[in-house]
Amino acid sequence: MRRLASSRARRSVDPSATGYLFVAPFLLVFAAMLVLPLGYAAYLSLFQDRLIGGTVFAGLDNYVTALQDDRLLQGVLRVAKFFAFQVPIMLAISLLAALAIDSGLLRFAKAFRLGIFLPYAVPSVVATLMWGYLYGPDFGPVAQLADKIGAAAPKFLSDGWMLSSMANIVTWEFTGYNMIILYAALRAIPHELYEAAAVDGAGPWRTAWSIKIPAIRPALLLCVIFSVIGSFQLFAEPNLLQRLAPSVIDSAYTPNLYAYTLAFTGQQVNYAAAVSFLLGAVIVIASYTVLFLTNRRSKR
Amino acid sequence: MSERRSKLLMIGMIALFVYFLLPLFWLFVASTKTTGDLFSSFGLWFSKDFSLLTNIRQTVTYDGGVYARWMLNTVFYSVVSAGGAAFLSALGGYGFAKYRFRGNGAMFALVLGSIMVPTTALAIPTYLLFSKVGLVNTPWAIILPSLVSPFGLYLMRIYAQDAIPDGIIEAARIDGASEFRIFFQVALRMLSPGLVTVLLFTLVATWNNYFLPLIMLNNPKLYPVTVGLAAWSSQSVGGGGSTGALLSSVVTGSLLSVIPLIAAFLLLQRYWQSGLSAGGVKE
Repeated sequence: MRRLASSRARRSVDPSATGYLFVAPFLLVFAAMLVLPLGYAAYLSLFQDRLIGGTVFAGLDNYVTALQDDRLLQGVLRVAKFFAFQVPIMLAISLLAALAIDSGLLRFAKAFRLGIFLPYAVPSVVATLMWGYLYGPDFGPVAQLADKIGAAAPKFLSDGWMLSSMANIVTWEFTGYNMIILYAALRAIPHELYEAAAVDGAGPWRTAWSIKIPAIRPALLLCVIFSVIGSFQLFAEPNLLQRLAPSVIDSAYTPNLYAYTLAFTGQQVNYAAAVSFLLGAVIVIASYTVLFLTNRRSKR
Repeated sequence: MSERRSKLLMIGMIALFVYFLLPLFWLFVASTKTTGDLFSSFGLWFSKDFSLLTNIRQTVTYDGGVYARWMLNTVFYSVVSAGGAAFLSALGGYGFAKYRFRGNGAMFALVLGSIMVPTTALAIPTYLLFSKVGLVNTPWAIILPSLVSPFGLYLMRIYAQDAIPDGIIEAARIDGASEFRIFFQVALRMLSPGLVTVLLFTLVATWNNYFLPLIMLNNPKLYPVTVGLAAWSSQSVGGGGSTGALLSSVVTGSLLSVIPLIAAFLLLQRYWQSGLSAGGVKE
């Protein structure tokens, strides 16, 4: 308990008790802003607003309804599909860029690093508005160019394209962020490993594949986990694109958009709490699945 | 051969560079155009009229100067939230790193695990709770939830472990300094690079936040710039006679809103890198 207090220094203050004082402010706010709302949501999700009888205890009814709610399941599947193709592309670009910048073969590496990272400073609202205009048929440059050569511009905001258009926005926003995490991990690899590889006659590609990528596995994993969390809570992008293409993006396009609609348009507070809770559970399960799968593979 | 390889690398990187910066270039170009030119001239180059200043004037004076208010709100919310979150994280991270007490490991694990709790799944319950106690539609509704940064606590704990030698704390104790005096006069100074990193990350998070203020606030005077721009944009899409003027204000307002953070990123480069390296490497 009092390992830090050496026997030489006898004071009236007990350092182990002081430890509590240091962590208490954080933990108090943590409890108030994280634990309490979650508890309250759990409580609310057990009730239902009925026409007759008002708010009544409903047990797990909301969860049963949610698990059979087609709109919610569609949304979860859509987000899962989004995750399955957007994240590999984004992480591949991040990894290639990080390796290129780290390789020492590139001039102006610092400028590239900064340029690719810069979109992270742009709020998702602004990024979506901007890409929305770029996609647009009126004054989007792609549509203008297509018009000039007499071709039909891709309908970026149509049903068939929407998920890819959204994936492009998210990739634009977060590739740089992931690249910096991976780059920082690459910088931390001990240089003796490179020397050993060079002695064995490995070229830059071989070194990247056999030494660098395995060495930064933990960082890659961190990027995947952050991407799981990010994808499943997509909101700003669909919410803003909905205004440009209301017939393509419905109010349940992503689970988060659905929870928002339930709580603020439909006034179904209790059901929204259950949906939020389930969504949180899906994210935690998905994150742990990723952790579990990658751990098992590395042990083999 | 190696030369050809690095040439290939260069071409690939230039392509990426263009992809990531072209939209921002477009935003700047579009901000210099009148609404008419926005439609009639080529999107990726300037038109004859350079109306950036007119657009800026129009943006900041529209609707009684509400845009300036949104910017000030954003600055206020993010600075207070980031300052508070960084301070709580520093205090807590130092506590977890440098003191042994019952429950240290368990409580830290609980906080770390909460990184996986999605902020948006939390936002609706927080809204319901806040509406019960009358905090909805006040600045507190944005600031209080932003004070908790599990990732910040994690960074500060790692940082405190590495940057503050136990010997220095011991020496200060022998000199008779109280525990809090040691923190404020000795430790805090050594923690300051880590503190700036946490400050920067929480600042970006609050600055860019959209979901939380969208649900918490319905008084336009309290909006941060993200919610304000989204509202303008839906008005300009929604039709009505005044859409044209508002359209160029959305574009110019977007440009103005990204300038402060981009400037901060350029100035404080080494901090975000050290923060992400701590997060990425030591997991």
